[in-house]
Amino acid sequence: MFDNLSARLEGVVTKLKRKGRLSAADIEAALREIRAALLEADVNLTVVRQFTDNIREAAIGATVSRALTPAQQIIKLVDEELRSTLGGDSFRLTFASTPPTVIMLVGLQGSGKTTAAGKLALWLRRQGRHPMLVGADLARPAAVEQLRILAETAQVDFFSEATDPVSVAREGIARARSLGRDVVIIDTAGRLAVDAELMDEMRRIEGVAKPNYTFLVIDAMIGQDALATAGAFSEAVGLSGTILTKLDGDARGGAALSVVAVTGKKIAFSSIGEKLEDFDTFHPDRMANRILGMGDVLSLIEKAERQMDKQVAEKGAQKLAQGKFDLEDFLEQMQQVKRMGPLKGIMSMLPGVPRELRDVDIDEREVARTEAIISSMTREERRNPAIIDASRRQRIAAGSGSTSMAVSNLLKQFKEMQKMMRQMGVGPASATKRPASSRAAKKKGKRR
Amino acid sequence: MHSAQIILLLVVVVLVVGGVAFVGARSRRRGARPEPPAPLSSPRTSAPPAQPAEKVTARPTQGGLISGPEPAPEELDLHAEEKLAPEAPATIQEGLRQSRRPFAAALQGLFKRNTVEESFWGEVEDSLILSDVGLDQATRIVEAAKERVRRERITDPAAALGAIRAAMLEALSLADRSLSLEGERPVVWLFVGVNGVGKTTTIGKVAHQMSEEGRSVMLAAADTFRAAAADQLGLWAERAGADVVRGAPGGDPAAVLFDAISSARAKGTDVVLGDTAGRLQNKTNLIEELKKIYRTVEKAQGTLGEVLLVLDATVGQNGLAQAKVFSEAVGVTGVVLTKLDGSAKGGIAFAIEETFKIPVKLVGVGERIGDLIPFDPKAYVESLTALD
Repeated sequence: MFDNLSARLEGVVTKLKRKGRLSAADIEAALREIRAALLEADVNLTVVRQFTDNIREAAIGATVSRALTPAQQIIKLVDEELRSTLGGDSFRLTFASTPPTVIMLVGLQGSGKTTAAGKLALWLRRQGRHPMLVGADLARPAAVEQLRILAETAQVDFFSEATDPVSVAREGIARARSLGRDVVIIDTAGRLAVDAELMDEMRRIEGVAKPNYTFLVIDAMIGQDALATAGAFSEAVGLSGTILTKLDGDARGGAALSVVAVTGKKIAFSSIGEKLEDFDTFHPDRMANRILGMGDVLSLIEKAERQMDKQVAEKGAQKLAQGKFDLEDFLEQMQQVKRMGPLKGIMSMLPGVPRELRDVDIDEREVARTEAIISSMTREERRNPAIIDASRRQRIAAGSGSTSMAVSNLLKQFKEMQKMMRQMGVGPASATKRPASSRAAKKKGKRR
Repeated sequence: MHSAQIILLLVVVVLVVGGVAFVGARSRRRGARPEPPAPLSSPRTSAPPAQPAEKVTARPTQGGLISGPEPAPEELDLHAEEKLAPEAPATIQEGLRQSRRPFAAALQGLFKRNTVEESFWGEVEDSLILSDVGLDQATRIVEAAKERVRRERITDPAAALGAIRAAMLEALSLADRSLSLEGERPVVWLFVGVNGVGKTTTIGKVAHQMSEEGRSVMLAAADTFRAAAADQLGLWAERAGADVVRGAPGGDPAAVLFDAISSARAKGTDVVLGDTAGRLQNKTNLIEELKKIYRTVEKAQGTLGEVLLVLDATVGQNGLAQAKVFSEAVGVTGVVLTKLDGSAKGGIAFAIEETFKIPVKLVGVGERIGDLIPFDPKAYVESLTALD
């Protein structure tokens, strides 16, 4: 539904490729796209402003990298800023020296507290802990029953009683202590940040339970209100971090950024599926890519920066755009790409690659065979494959240890590919008016 | 693996790394203004101020869910007092304040200035964005309001506010927000949506209101997935004096609905309200399951009255994806916007109505049973743009 940030940025910045340094106008244009992308990802507007200011500052001083286009360079800046905001390392839970470690979950209605409580309990049990679930949500009908069933499924202890949330918390902890349980997870009722009475009740539970950790449970689909909500909860109780739920949906989850910005606390855990075990510590680095909607293209950029000769890559792209991409260029590009590692790995990092292609089993030996065949051609043959007749074909087959059948197959397929490229608007005819490269790639982008 | 494919793959890779493949299919240009630089004082550790948030009520004139009188057209309040001038929020604290009352600052600034300036429109756009209207829709509303101001030669700030409200109302112009109970009994309403939006609670409230209006109601606990969901619905049924049909945990939800409709027909029950498990719209198998549930209505010879998509007012831009997938799968006839009593504004409703032509029919504005009410666009817009 949405363009990812790299697509947006390439649209704005490619034309300026040849410049030595990013101009102020380039940066402003890029910042507008960054703003739009972050807003589409539901990052709060105020956080977006702060964020773009930081990017502006970093971009103005940046020198142009040889291996990256300006657009890629800006993406890298955005990524670095995202990572630094979200925090580099994953959250670590430490346990109280005198058990039980008390964990309280708070949040809005429907954010997924009860489910998260059950998931956290299972996660802890698998870490060798003995958690107890305490159901202090006496407001929502059957919430306690839901938690009891989850406790049963997770095979952990459970406590609740029909008194009031504060006594349930107190009793639950006492019970856990007497049973020798080392972690207590208190599930509280969902409450709106604007509900003063319920916010006060939450403070009273906190006062009695004295939790070692209080986690705000936030729905990954939440919009601009993430800031106000997280702000109000963090003001009311001492938050230790956030649990981001429903991350298995297709929301970009920009709220993560808003929440971290306003609470100053990490995202500790994330819930990534319907099953009880679909829960783990949160990885900030992966979230950055998700917010930008970019697959793992950033790792690819990093790799490219390390491994590739930018000029060779650009030459290939240009030739392709002009419809002059021949076997000679192909060989050159193939050698480039090989330096970045197995093809399968590269494919998996590219965003927008259709699943059929991604899941296909790439035989790396096939790549080697293709390379051998092309290498066995003369330069002239690579530039103009039309001259390859039966006898040349036999020579090439012998030279590459393949069959003449394989040689003609390769030639046929390469020809088909060239034709396909031309149909997609790549070729001399379309290269007249505007920079052909951007146009060709645009079509290409559409197809992907 | 065909070598032709390898070739293509390689070319794709080359293009990508060469840095041209990412030129967007649609390189959209937007009239977004460059933000003024806002120096931020260590915002990551700052705590927000204590301030009560605004409620969006959208409460129309009194009346029942279905049989209540049409909401009386009210004049929008276009008069407002002059208050503090707004400033672009420079900190998270100020951002928070603005988040809670997005329009107040911008609009009050308008009255301070006495003229309608360009910078003012930026603030209106920001206010819309902070209400989760979305960048595209916010731009559309602002353009429409601007156009109106130009066309009507408006210079008076109060009239400009009227133009803004009118532009917002234009996006909510779907005529029919009625809920159907027509046809042969039993009439079936299905409630669908992602997890945690309040489907079960909404059904409880609807059941209660319908019972009070003298209709017989049967609840179908077709959420067989979430632990204790059927118990939760059962408690609501008890309160509403409605019947409930439930299946085994993890059982076939379509079968539960089928049984409920059959039993309702046998008993001559007026309405069947079908609860379904929350499902994220990108889970293809769960959407397929929902289609099966939907087809069951016909199979069991029920009259399909409504398919209501329940949306949480806190939802961000993902609400659009939800509306799209659910309406494609099961022909959503209306939206229920829940939790509007919080600080969230539910602005995604504008884009959903305008893009998918699905009307918001009900809104949840509180915990009490009577707090589920018909959606009144005028009241909603007025409450969104309230000045104090």
